[in-house]
Amino acid sequence: MSAVTEVKTRHPLDRYIREERFPHIWCPGCGLGIAMSSFLYAVDELDLDPKEIAVVSGIGCSGRVAGYVRFDSYHTTHGRAIPFATGLKLAKPHMKVVVFSGDGDLASIGGNHLIHAARRNVDLTIICINNFNYGMTGGQFGPTTPLGAKTTTTPYGNFEHPFNLVYLAASAGAVYVARWTVLHTYHLRQSIKEALLKDGFSFIEVISPCPIGFGRPNKIGEGLEEMKFYRENSVIRNGIDPKDAELSFRGKIVVGKFVDIEKPSYLKTLRDFYDRILGENHGS
Amino acid sequence: MKVLEKSEMKVITGNHAVSYGAKLARVEVIAAYPITPQTTIVELLSEMVAEGDLKARFITVESEHSAMAGCISASIAGARAFTATSSQGLALMHEMLHWAAGVRAPIVMANVNRALAAPWSIWTDQNDSLSQRDTGWMQLYAESNQEALDFVILGYKVAEQVLLPMMIVLDAFILSHTSEPVEIYPQEVVDAFLPPYQNPYALNFDNPQVIGGLADPQVYFEFRYKLQKAHERAIQVFKEEGQRFGELFGRTYDTLEPFMLEDAEEVLVTAGSTTSTARYAVQKLREKGHKVGLLKLRMFRPFPFEDIRQALRGRKKVGIIDRNLSYGHHGIFYQEIKSALYGQSGAPLLFGYVTGLGGRDIRAEDIEAIYEDLRSRTEPQEIIWKGVRL
Repeated sequence: MSAVTEVKTRHPLDRYIREERFPHIWCPGCGLGIAMSSFLYAVDELDLDPKEIAVVSGIGCSGRVAGYVRFDSYHTTHGRAIPFATGLKLAKPHMKVVVFSGDGDLASIGGNHLIHAARRNVDLTIICINNFNYGMTGGQFGPTTPLGAKTTTTPYGNFEHPFNLVYLAASAGAVYVARWTVLHTYHLRQSIKEALLKDGFSFIEVISPCPIGFGRPNKIGEGLEEMKFYRENSVIRNGIDPKDAELSFRGKIVVGKFVDIEKPSYLKTLRDFYDRILGENHGS
Repeated sequence: MKVLEKSEMKVITGNHAVSYGAKLARVEVIAAYPITPQTTIVELLSEMVAEGDLKARFITVESEHSAMAGCISASIAGARAFTATSSQGLALMHEMLHWAAGVRAPIVMANVNRALAAPWSIWTDQNDSLSQRDTGWMQLYAESNQEALDFVILGYKVAEQVLLPMMIVLDAFILSHTSEPVEIYPQEVVDAFLPPYQNPYALNFDNPQVIGGLADPQVYFEFRYKLQKAHERAIQVFKEEGQRFGELFGRTYDTLEPFMLEDAEEVLVTAGSTTSTARYAVQKLREKGHKVGLLKLRMFRPFPFEDIRQALRGRKKVGIIDRNLSYGHHGIFYQEIKSALYGQSGAPLLFGYVTGLGGRDIRAEDIEAIYEDLRSRTEPQEIIWKGVRL
């Protein structure tokens, strides 16, 4: 009996990647690669047309995703991924517009845009990588740094209260809100698929290790140690009120899908309003 | 170089030199936001604050816009305020930069020169700071890490007298992340030079005032007239304080710094760290018998018109090296120098060299090539591209 061994030289996701941009800049143990591949698997499994997807990112390590994926992509300025994405969606309403950026980008310098896009229910899929610090600039504390955590600008621990991003997004009006860690690859992929098919503003927080920027000062260890921490401390609680979705330093990580509601999206309300006021010939 | 007896010599980066300058200046409020290649300035300051070595309040705010807003209000409340930024961060601050000058807040800010997007770059380029030339800020360009430290101290000394904000500019990586010996002065000598900040117009409960209220056309104009007058006065104040700084610390600062200029027929003009490279190149050219000199621009705002005229009068040719460009116009230092020399008798022929954008290296041999090019030309030329790959 002859064994036929098929040697696969290509990864199934390679067609979505700009290989010429590799090697990537991410540190060993970083969770961004898992988050990016979860997104690409979601696109692949939904069999979406790559020509109909745009990826927009801001600044920071996660901002590099826009440069690595083989879709139309925008690597925008710090904090402005959502306004860029909003303009793109208005100009190309048929496209899936995905914002791939970090907590330091979306919740800090771009925090205003996050709440207003959620309030308007703009049809965007936001994948927000939360590594609890500004990783690319060397690990400063930011709006998600947990109380007590050490960073280069809080050498004795952070004393500012952090955001609970899922609670923030839900309060501001997001119709789909979930949180997973990069250990939860299956759940994360399913959530991204749901979010991509959802009309309106969807927000997925992805807890991700940053062994160099955040892990080192807090003695968390390598990326693998952080993944073990996720395994031991994550609790899936689908459907709970996101304000109760705990995420504390060295404590519990509550993950799950917290919000999945129906509400007319920005594009729908805009079209309906124009139809009503201007009639059908308004051209939008 | 004379080192003060109680000084400490440290081998530190330009960014850390700025941090030590801010510490010696006893800054009281620091509001900042991380951006490459500035971040290590405020990182070290945050450590100094956390260790109790610097009695200041430090906050990492949510954007550069907020950083400058925080500094403005701290400054008008009577505190010595400091921040640092770079490139996109400076551009985001733009609105607040006008505000800082408008409310006459003597903030000192370090800006690490970095190219502006798009496309993204983190390397050195002067367009970020030069794009802010009309905001009403003073600007000093550092050639070395020592200058970066000194300018923070000197910056407050001048800023607080004329009530104008001061931007200290240093090149990304070439200075910001490169270590060289820097003299850290004894605190008591710095204290003697730079007394605590006393703003006569600081917010005061006994005499409440409105800051930044609506100024109708009957009053706005006069505010702006006074802003210009303060800039005009700042040149003299800078010269006097630069002199005094020299008496106390051993390093005298003027708006310009000449090198082998005395009998020079051709002159190269530089700002920032390129000056060190140019100094080496000029020295080599002198050894070959060329009558070439170098003029370093230290102060860009207020612009030292009179000093420029005196330094360049009677020269045959002047080549201005711009690591920047006003698109649709010319190199920015070129334009400024040209405007200073307009209508002057004995003005030299001017040549604008645009080079090193986005951090492309400017090597000594590049400076020599610029000089060779300058020598070969007989007609003035507004833009001469050097090092661009076409």
